[in-house]
Amino acid sequence: MLAAIRPDNQSFALLLHLVGATVVFGALLASATSLLLARGETRLLRLGYFSLLLVGLPGLILMRLAGEWLYRMQNWNKLPPQFAEPSWLKIGFDVADWGGVLLLLALALGGVGIHRLRNGKGGTVLLKATMVISLILVVAYVVAVWAMTGKPS
Amino acid sequence: MTFEDWIFAVHLLFAATLVGSLVMSWIVIFSLRTADTSRDTLSLNRVAMVATGATIVGLVGTISLGIWLAILRVDFHPWDGWVIAAIILWSIATTALVRSFREYAKPVRVARTLMASSQAGASAELSALNRTSKGLLLRAVGSAAVVLIVIDMIWKPGA
Repeated sequence: MLAAIRPDNQSFALLLHLVGATVVFGALLASATSLLLARGETRLLRLGYFSLLLVGLPGLILMRLAGEWLYRMQNWNKLPPQFAEPSWLKIGFDVADWGGVLLLLALALGGVGIHRLRNGKGGTVLLKATMVISLILVVAYVVAVWAMTGKPS
Repeated sequence: MTFEDWIFAVHLLFAATLVGSLVMSWIVIFSLRTADTSRDTLSLNRVAMVATGATIVGLVGTISLGIWLAILRVDFHPWDGWVIAAIILWSIATTALVRSFREYAKPVRVARTLMASSQAGASAELSALNRTSKGLLLRAVGSAAVVLIVIDMIWKPGA
């Protein structure tokens, strides 16, 4: 039914949006799990951080750009001022944008943590903060997937 | 939201779990390629176990709710071409992924044996098992089938 009501020219943008979203979701799962199960092991601490940096961040950029492309193709940017955007769209934007800020914060904290770890000055506390942010983002992405697919409003 | 909308949303949550867990498992596979000690292998296995569990939950959840949706919705039928294509691709993905899980379980068994005999250093056998090309190929086939399911779901050829 969705394919029937969505013009075919939007399908590729939707595919890119979904690929980006699942890549960032997978990277967040990998990061949170690695940091949670690390038990102080450098290898897993590094895996947790670098999966977020090298996989999560590109996934987030792809998801956000493809989402913006879809937004414009569906003319949501030309919505008359008397109409409010639906809440599922707001939830999607909030999770992508504020989630992006949180992801950058997690990367900054984790980056310092990895640097301190390399120099033998600890850093696990900062990486734990990265883990907590990753877990929060996993929950936020689950809510976003539910909102954007179920479209409650 | 109607009951159907809820089923659809949960179906897509399972799909996100499936694809997300595959991304996670690829991260572990690339990391395993540089692991040559039993300690590293077992550490990475802890993360791999979570990814494997999530993949199994995703596979079971997507197919069961997907078929339920195809029965519930008046616009779709389980015998539609794109639905049958998705079921065939799901079967290919499940077979390839389960076989790849078995391949990546081999180095874990060897690592446990080495740890039990207090051989914590680098092992050529372990290194070769962690770089299994059969396991890698099976994981690639399974992942490609899942990507094709996503493409099939978006374009719904013939719908």
